[in-house]
Amino acid sequence: MTPSVLAGLTGAALVGFGLYGLILHPHPLRKLLAFNLMGSGVFLIFGIVARRGAAAGFRFDPVPQAMVITGIVVAFAASAIAVALILRLSESGHVTLDPEVWTRPSDGDTK
Amino acid sequence: MGEPGTTTPGGYLLVLAILLPVVGMILSFTLGGRIAERIALCSTPFGFALACATAFHVNRAGKPIVYLVGGLPPPLGIALRADGISAVMLVAAAVIVTAAAFYARPKFSTPDGVHESRSPLTFWIMLQAIWAALNIIFVGGDLFNLYVALELLTFAAVPLVCIDGRPETIAAALRYLLFALFGSISYLLGVALFYGAHGTLDIWLLAQRVQATPVVWTAAALMTCGLLAKTALFPLHLWLPPAHANAPAAASAVLSGLVVKGSFFLTLRLWFYILPALPAEKVAIVLGCLGSAAIIAGSVIALRQARLKLLIAYSTVAQIGYLFLVFPLATGASSAIGWSAGLMQILAHAFAKAAMFFSAGLLAEALGHDQIAKLGGAARVLPLTFLTIALGGLSLMGLPPSGGFSAKWLMLQASVASGQWLWTLPILAGGLLAAGYVYRILAPALSDDQISPVLPPKRSQEVIALALTAIAIALGFAPQAFFDFLEIGRPVVGQP
Repeated sequence: MTPSVLAGLTGAALVGFGLYGLILHPHPLRKLLAFNLMGSGVFLIFGIVARRGAAAGFRFDPVPQAMVITGIVVAFAASAIAVALILRLSESGHVTLDPEVWTRPSDGDTK
Repeated sequence: MGEPGTTTPGGYLLVLAILLPVVGMILSFTLGGRIAERIALCSTPFGFALACATAFHVNRAGKPIVYLVGGLPPPLGIALRADGISAVMLVAAAVIVTAAAFYARPKFSTPDGVHESRSPLTFWIMLQAIWAALNIIFVGGDLFNLYVALELLTFAAVPLVCIDGRPETIAAALRYLLFALFGSISYLLGVALFYGAHGTLDIWLLAQRVQATPVVWTAAALMTCGLLAKTALFPLHLWLPPAHANAPAAASAVLSGLVVKGSFFLTLRLWFYILPALPAEKVAIVLGCLGSAAIIAGSVIALRQARLKLLIAYSTVAQIGYLFLVFPLATGASSAIGWSAGLMQILAHAFAKAAMFFSAGLLAEALGHDQIAKLGGAARVLPLTFLTIALGGLSLMGLPPSGGFSAKWLMLQASVASGQWLWTLPILAGGLLAAGYVYRILAPALSDDQISPVLPPKRSQEVIALALTAIAIALGFAPQAFFDFLEIGRPVVGQP
């Protein structure tokens, strides 16, 4: 098994674990961590693509590496927004994704 | 297709269409306060003029207009391209963003005596950010560039959902964000596979290189899944109703009318521009089935809602379902009819739904609530608002003359012409169910009950909402030249 194949499989496994966590964990913070795991897997796959796609005497194709850096910045920004929202939610007492938690006890007659 | 490797006349307009909202956004952020509002209000009419000029150039050339960023042709550089559907979407986005900006003015103006306040500043910056992201999506020619635009769209839309800071809106925004993040990471994985297989991400170059290999199928499946989550196609629609119903009316209109269309637009690009040569009949049938399920489920749940804004949001879920019938209908010999129908549905829904959310906002402000059960006699005190809701509903149901009718009529024609008559069932059932939920709003409002408004509605806001429905109705009279315009630049299988 060559290092490229091993890294590719690791990337695929990370994406799989991340997806599993994103779907199954009810807590938003765990979902966010799972998303970051998926992100790491995708970036690893980009790294392998950079190595395989190299041509014309380059050891690495620089384009996917530039994409990974952009992707990391975007994923970081996304995580920052999500953490900010989770912090705001924790101030209100319930960290949940169900918007009806706050309205259900007060006006139960509307349902 | 004979894609030219140079910038065509009018290509600079595409750069301006992106730069205008981006510069506006940065200036709004640095100068802040009341100036942010003025920048947004002044730039939107210019953006509309730019979009019209783009459409004019595309129409005159009869082929897509291109701008090569930095003069470098792909695969080294990035090309911006506007074809028929890009130009039409640019104009539609400019009209709705302009309407939303002027509609939002009373609610989001910075109060007197305050230099700057949080929610107006956020609103004006994010409105321009959404507009910038949409313009990049409509003219972008590089899949990775489009990924960044998709993320920008999400990051701009999420704060608008929770702009008033109530915990339920934050929960709705967080749920939206998590669905969207799943969508974008899945899309990005598809992009990585495409790059690995073909060494380019340019849409037109990829279209010439792709073959039906396992890598391409996997990449297409991942990207489609991601885009479906962002478009809120049933069963990935769970985030949409709370998010769109909890946002302020001006933001809901942009979110429901435009933002979900951004990711749908990329789904169209993927299947009709990059992969038209693939034998994708089964994919088209799966997407059509999900669309049909969305039409039925969204409409039935809409019928059961107690709040007007939630009803309109579930109606969006149903109307998004219609969009996905394009995939089975716009293939084969009668593809032009299906294609026209899909684009007409995008436009008619965008204008009608934006107007309905505007009206729901007006109604909630005038009456102090938006419970459908307590609307008795409301049409007497808010006649113009209910005229807008009725006309918008006419288009959603698909009654002539309206854009919604044209869309559904063309869809029926396409399904009969291509021998796929089964698709007529969800189309007709959706129209019937839509009539049901529009009736649920109008019937109590037109009753003889007495109701007194808390606040009189603002005439200017009512007129903006009515103008948007007028556009949705006017689309029903679109001439053949308009449908020919939509065909500009569309790859047709069998004609290289």
